[in-house]
Amino acid sequence: MATVTLDRPGTSPAPVLRQDPRRGRKLAARIALYVAMIIAAAAIMLPFFWMVTSSLKTNNQVFSVPIQWLPDPVVWRNYLDIWAKADMLTWVKNTLILSVSVTFLQVLTGSFAAYGFSKLRFPGRDVLFLTYVATIAVPWQAYMIPQFIMLSKVGLSNTLWSILALQTFSAFGVFLMKQYYESIPEELSEAARIDGLSEYSIWRKIVLPLSGPAVATLTLLTFVNTWNDYLGPLIYLRDRDIWTIQIGLKSFVSQYNAEYALIMTGSVISVLPIALIFMLGQRYFVQGIATAGLKG
Amino acid sequence: MATTAVDAPAAPAPPPRRNRSRLTLRNTFIGWTFILPNFIGFAVLTLVPVITLFYLAFTSWNAFGQANWIGLENFQRLLTDGTFHTALINTGYYAVLHIPLTLAVSLGLALLLNHKMRGIAFFRTVAFFPYITSIVAIAVVWNMLFSPDSGPINQFLMALGIDNPPGWTTSATWSMPAVVLTSVWREMGYYMLLFLAGLQAIPRELYEAARVDGAHAIQRFWNVTVPSLRPTTFFVTVILTIQSFKVLDLILVMTDGGPGTSTLVLAQYIYRKGFEENDFGYASAVAVVLFFICLGLTVVQFLLNKRKEV
Repeated sequence: MATVTLDRPGTSPAPVLRQDPRRGRKLAARIALYVAMIIAAAAIMLPFFWMVTSSLKTNNQVFSVPIQWLPDPVVWRNYLDIWAKADMLTWVKNTLILSVSVTFLQVLTGSFAAYGFSKLRFPGRDVLFLTYVATIAVPWQAYMIPQFIMLSKVGLSNTLWSILALQTFSAFGVFLMKQYYESIPEELSEAARIDGLSEYSIWRKIVLPLSGPAVATLTLLTFVNTWNDYLGPLIYLRDRDIWTIQIGLKSFVSQYNAEYALIMTGSVISVLPIALIFMLGQRYFVQGIATAGLKG
Repeated sequence: MATTAVDAPAAPAPPPRRNRSRLTLRNTFIGWTFILPNFIGFAVLTLVPVITLFYLAFTSWNAFGQANWIGLENFQRLLTDGTFHTALINTGYYAVLHIPLTLAVSLGLALLLNHKMRGIAFFRTVAFFPYITSIVAIAVVWNMLFSPDSGPINQFLMALGIDNPPGWTTSATWSMPAVVLTSVWREMGYYMLLFLAGLQAIPRELYEAARVDGAHAIQRFWNVTVPSLRPTTFFVTVILTIQSFKVLDLILVMTDGGPGTSTLVLAQYIYRKGFEENDFGYASAVAVVLFFICLGLTVVQFLLNKRKEV
């Protein structure tokens, strides 16, 4: 664009002549880009495509040579059989209970703490916040053992409470909410303070209602994280009746390791809720990751 | 803090100061009430375990006994523990493959998807989707895709004329590349988003100036994009490194460290020693090593980044 405007004063008929091939080239470049993107997208989605089609095949067709891309006939039965063969309903129920309560508590305590870190000034605040941020870099795998011993000592292992405790108080949530609160003008809380509102009311009536996108982001990320968590349930949940979908699916895979089609059916069911949530709120995922950049 | 220091001399001296200290006290109290609900949980579940780790590593603690202080014995044992060395080397191998590959693929995707075009949001969504699907489902699907005899990947390779396609997760040589491919596929969308944010922060004027100077696309990439992306690349590399060294769940589900010990990684060794053999003291010593590797690499990266900036 810049070169075109620079050229214009000197030679007036030239742009007309030059624009045609350039427009042609631009169109070609655009088409090439689309083709590249479509190929990339297809390559990325291929495993999911294979997962869904395999879940609709009979078991023998999954590994047929050559590959059968579309199921023929379409076997919907797998989606009925799986509920009888595996305890899917219990697992989904447990996972749902955990995901919802972890998300609720995480958003509540995280946004509350973030208000303290971003809108109030008191000695020691910054050191404290630095402690939070520093632990984001410490891998959980490094301290999972002392944590397990502690939670076992207080009798929480092998209960859903252990996962609740594990997932709720993440430094990430505090960090994300604080980043957002800093962008809310200080004058708003200042004006409210002059009007005699207490800090708690300012949080509840002014700052929290203004932080919708951040709350949405944290809600979605926490929910997905808890739903997908494999290691926590693997270590803490021993009894079958408190299993989550992830470790339930894993045990189903080891138990029926030759039932390929059914395994794929279970996988589809375990991914489906997340896919739905993601489609509804993908804008917030992208925003949250672009602003906070940290996760897990 | 700076503003109060400036204000202090101008203000009439004694009464405000007393008010101020009372105000500070009040603010401190209110501040803590906000932070406490989260902080108690955070301290009990993260800070205390991290500190306890360093105590446990110097004890011989199994599930039944008490912790006996044994000094450096656990660490001496690490020096001669062949399986530990294998895990260390495998983790390094995973990182060496995983970090550059993910960087390249996610940057490539970000460059491809950094255009203002119709439908671009859809393609970004597609690229990001694998990152939010569960490890178990992904590992199971990829295990089947990698299936040596009639899996789609090897059928494809054979169609290309490769007669002896790799055995992937059933072969000691190819199991690690198989795991790395899966994890690159899963994580690239996440790092792509970080790169996209970085790319969009580059001022357009830089590109226009380079174009006026006659730089072609490749020159513009190396002389404008790459230097301007430095902060993002640095950040991505730090996260990628930590993620690589702590890799566990994907390997547990996909290969369980096998075949043999060909994909046994550090975090899995901690898991085995701790939760399968109940050797908590020794597992903690391995965890301390993991902790310092992550810390050390992050510090090194910060120093390198600082030196380049000068």
